[in-house]
Amino acid sequence: MDPILSVKDLNLWYGDHQALRSINVNIPANQITALIGPSGCGKSTFLKTLNRMNDLIPSVRITGEVNFRDQNIYDPSVDVTGLRRQIGMVFQKANPFPMSIYDNVAYGPRTHGVRNRAKLDEIVETSLQSAAIWDEVKDRLKTSALGLSGGQQQRLCIARALAVEPEVLLMDESTSALDPISTSKIEDLAAELKSRYTVVMVTHNMQQAARISDKTAFFLLGELVEFGGTEQMFSDPTDKRTEDYITGRFG
Amino acid sequence: MEKLSSRRLFYDRTMRTLLWLAGGLTCALLAFMIGYIFFRGVPNLTWPLLSGQTSYLKNTIGILPNIVNTLYIILVAMVLVLPIGVGAAIYLTEYATSHRLVGIIEFATESLAGIPSIIYGLVGMLIFVQFMNLQNGILAGGLTLVIMILPTIVRTTQESLKTVPQSYREGALALGSGKWHMVRTVVLPGAVDGIVTGCILAVGRIVGESAALLYTAGFGLVLNDFATALHSSSATLTVALYIYANERGETAVAFAIATILLLLTLAINLAAGFAGRRLKKQ
Repeated sequence: MDPILSVKDLNLWYGDHQALRSINVNIPANQITALIGPSGCGKSTFLKTLNRMNDLIPSVRITGEVNFRDQNIYDPSVDVTGLRRQIGMVFQKANPFPMSIYDNVAYGPRTHGVRNRAKLDEIVETSLQSAAIWDEVKDRLKTSALGLSGGQQQRLCIARALAVEPEVLLMDESTSALDPISTSKIEDLAAELKSRYTVVMVTHNMQQAARISDKTAFFLLGELVEFGGTEQMFSDPTDKRTEDYITGRFG
Repeated sequence: MEKLSSRRLFYDRTMRTLLWLAGGLTCALLAFMIGYIFFRGVPNLTWPLLSGQTSYLKNTIGILPNIVNTLYIILVAMVLVLPIGVGAAIYLTEYATSHRLVGIIEFATESLAGIPSIIYGLVGMLIFVQFMNLQNGILAGGLTLVIMILPTIVRTTQESLKTVPQSYREGALALGSGKWHMVRTVVLPGAVDGIVTGCILAVGRIVGESAALLYTAGFGLVLNDFATALHSSSATLTVALYIYANERGETAVAFAIATILLLLTLAINLAAGFAGRRLKKQ
């Protein structure tokens, strides 16, 4: 299968500290790729290089290429706002804006110029349905999003990300702050979403990676130690360090 | 053991009494000030005074021109200071990347805020009235006030921009929002309560300012329309208080003005608190 994201020799520094070392990986389309590894291994940093959210940190320096559909996203000619529209992101902590549920979901489409009321209504409804939260909020779309529970807020953020019709959805430990029921809802959701989107998720939860991902990438100290099919990696890892990590010997 | 304990008790009680006295004295002084001003001022607050003009020929004293001038100068100063101050704060908080530069500017704004206002008046007179030849009037006075309250507006706006969670900014940018779009749709609405409170407090400072206006807005007691007032000597309420108390010996009028100023200040502070809470809730 053709990779949707192809990373070549990617290095990243925070000031003098090198956080990513020569990463090479091809992320396949319409699959869930899980990024695992101990805290500080660079997996979240790597995730954020995929839609250039690291640009927000002034001291970051990056070399190498991240090719999205054969276009290097670090090429100076790339329109970052357009890129982030195609590669959406859901954060660790749900971050709905202090507006109504409707306005949260409509924020992205409005940003990109959709003004037609009927069209917005439709986008809001389909996005909330795709994020499996429509039935819970359809009667209170005009109420503040901050009144929702943590799990609902996170699914709202997923709906908000889907509303701009991205091709890739990056999830940065998006279930780590949630209770088990909300977590399993979002896992089910991710599994459903992969038919239409490519999902790349950072997770601290080994079972979660094993349950729902197709591919797994194991990071350690800024290096990509191993990348492969999830089943193969969890049953028969090639690298000793991977084996030590997934059997719980460190991390 | 017994001795120590009683000594401690004595020490504790003495300190408590002293602190109570300090607190009580503060409250008493404040109450006396307010009471005295009201006592001297309220009986002199008459309709002819509020709605009339001062005339040597008719031998009348009225402070309507000064009330109007105060409104003019608030209008001029706020219209100019808001875009500049809020803009500067947005640049410093959201756009500027050099921490050194931001630090220097923040230090400068804080220092500016501590300069005695008579110095602003002096500089305003030399630059606006004499060098730029704007004449004494609302424009020269307003511009002087702009320089004086700019630091306050910048600082309060900055502080309230900083309270907007970083996660809102990230969320907006991750949806493909441009920087200014993000600031306008997510950051500013989250900071508007602080900005409004800052503005109301700035209005309070304008209302209470006299030293910076003596040499810039001037001493004129004549009622003018807005366009004329911009370039004609126009005393605000505080300056009028100075004139009546110091130069004309009309203590009764001065106390009447003081009463108005006191009530205005009170109203402005209440409005600031109310606006802050109200907008925060939304």
